[in-house]
Amino acid sequence: MGNTAASAEQPDNQAGIAIQTDQLNLWYGTFQALFDVNLAIRKGIITSLIGPSGCGKSTFLRSVNRINERLGYVRISGTIEVFDQNIYDQDVELIQVRKQVGMVFQRPNPLPVSIRDNILFGHRLHNKDRRYSRSEEEEILEGALQQVLLWDKVKDMLDRKATELSLEEQQKLCIARLLPVKPTVLLMDEPCSALDPKGTAAVEELIWELRGKYTILIVTHNMAQARRASEECIFMLMGKVVEHSLTEQLFVTPASRETANYIEGRYG
Amino acid sequence: MATMFAESALNARNKKVQGLVKTLFMLMTLLLIIPVAIILGTLVYKGGGIISIDFLFTYPTDGMTAGGIFPALLGTVWLVSVALLASVPIGIAAAIYLSEYAPDNWSTRAINLAIINLAGVPSIVHALFGVGAFVIFFGFGTSILSASLTLAIMTLPVVIVSTRESLQAVPPAFREACWNMGATRWQAIRKVVLPNAVTGILTGVILEVSRTSGETAPIMFTGAAFFLPFLPQGIFDQTMAMSLHLFVVSTQVPGVPEELPYGVALVLIAMVLLMNSLSIGFRMYLRGKKKW
Ligand SMILES: Nc1ncnc2c1ncn2[C@@H]1O[C@H](COP(=O)(O)OP(=O)(O)O)[C@@H](O)[C@H]1O
Ligand SMILES: [Mg+2]
Repeated sequence: MGNTAASAEQPDNQAGIAIQTDQLNLWYGTFQALFDVNLAIRKGIITSLIGPSGCGKSTFLRSVNRINERLGYVRISGTIEVFDQNIYDQDVELIQVRKQVGMVFQRPNPLPVSIRDNILFGHRLHNKDRRYSRSEEEEILEGALQQVLLWDKVKDMLDRKATELSLEEQQKLCIARLLPVKPTVLLMDEPCSALDPKGTAAVEELIWELRGKYTILIVTHNMAQARRASEECIFMLMGKVVEHSLTEQLFVTPASRETANYIEGRYG
Repeated sequence: MATMFAESALNARNKKVQGLVKTLFMLMTLLLIIPVAIILGTLVYKGGGIISIDFLFTYPTDGMTAGGIFPALLGTVWLVSVALLASVPIGIAAAIYLSEYAPDNWSTRAINLAIINLAGVPSIVHALFGVGAFVIFFGFGTSILSASLTLAIMTLPVVIVSTRESLQAVPPAFREACWNMGATRWQAIRKVVLPNAVTGILTGVILEVSRTSGETAPIMFTGAAFFLPFLPQGIFDQTMAMSLHLFVVSTQVPGVPEELPYGVALVLIAMVLLMNSLSIGFRMYLRGKKKW
């Protein structure tokens, strides 16, 4: 595998924390969607985020790479630190945040261009001044597609439109195209919910493969998936964090009544 | 034997209503086409005979009761082209701002409302504005420039609205995909949004061309002349124009043979149709290339 597309080194800090929020509140206009969220998400592991629909999982995820901001009416208080840097500080460059913190959406959203151009899109954006040779680009392309276990499938059709791929392959491609930009954190918002069971299994397997190289925060409302495919788990309810612990512990001996109710399927 | 699937009384009644509705709607569609067909038919029948290469490429003679229409034809091409040059870049830029950058607040909404209202202003009001602003205030005189700018202002709302709509038809997910790889807004617009919106934007331009080439009032006081014995040399000259020429030979000049106005109208419509079909062809070509 080409090392060009390998993940950037996970920065070191004492606590081994990738994302830390402090008293994070978020409002859509006058509607408060997040309440005093205090979380410390460990680097290099997979953390899953569960909770009933509308509890603020996507909202939280989307504030970690500041993609919420394009809505003019979103207001935030508190801090979100990514590797000890408050990403809402004045001197923080949004583009750099987005490069560090990649995001995968519920519905695969490949751009309506070729597979090759999808993968190299981010890379080309950020390397304008350095002219990359064809062979370097090929290496990045192969590296990224290898990492998402898609290379063998698409290596002979790199110039075909990405939208012609199956949904599962599209979602893998959407993960792959983040990698050449060398993110450290990957946010995934229900990445399997548009996929059939086979596709879900394949993408889950891939996410598990990426563990260690990236800090992964994955939203899911599939409890089995959270249990299978994450090391720590966060349970949210109505904009608040109810519980954050090792996945096994959260499912076997939940500390809170509400968590127990939810994982037993009493609501959501 | 098919008792289970036999038609019930209610089925029969529903089917009858369904048939009636369908026929009614089809009649309405026919009603729409009939006037167009009659207009085109009459024009071809009464004016077709006068059309010739000479008619297109010579000057009017004998006090505009004979000869060709070349200065008017060329004048309309001038007016439309200059109007497009002014309104397309401005309109597209404004639409991009409104769709991609402007926050969703009351001032943006007020601007959008103003644009829609601007589209409803009668053309004679635009004409008077053109006289005041371009002819007198900016001192462009009665000229192609004044007339085209007046046309441009009049058609700007159409360009803005249709461009904005085609930008908004591009799925937001494409933009988010770009932003998530660290693209700026402009990079996302240039590389993904615009290429996918271009066919829709062209539709707006087509509409503008059609409308611009037929307008009479806005150019009458700002740059179009009844008759000129020479061709315009630049944008500060006056010019003849097809629409005004049609008005003149139909109502202002005595002793015009009947087929002449019909011929002028036919050429004017043919110009619009030709430009439209060129743009539509181009759109279809672009659409064939895109897929999502
Ligand atoms: N763009 C938005 N504008 C206003 N309210 C929103 C917006 N997005 C989400 N919300 C509200 O915020 C709450 C949390 O939504 P979300 O984060 O999407 O929940 P989840 O992903 O857990 O289902 C919901 O009540 C939702 O209605
Ligand atoms: Mg959600």
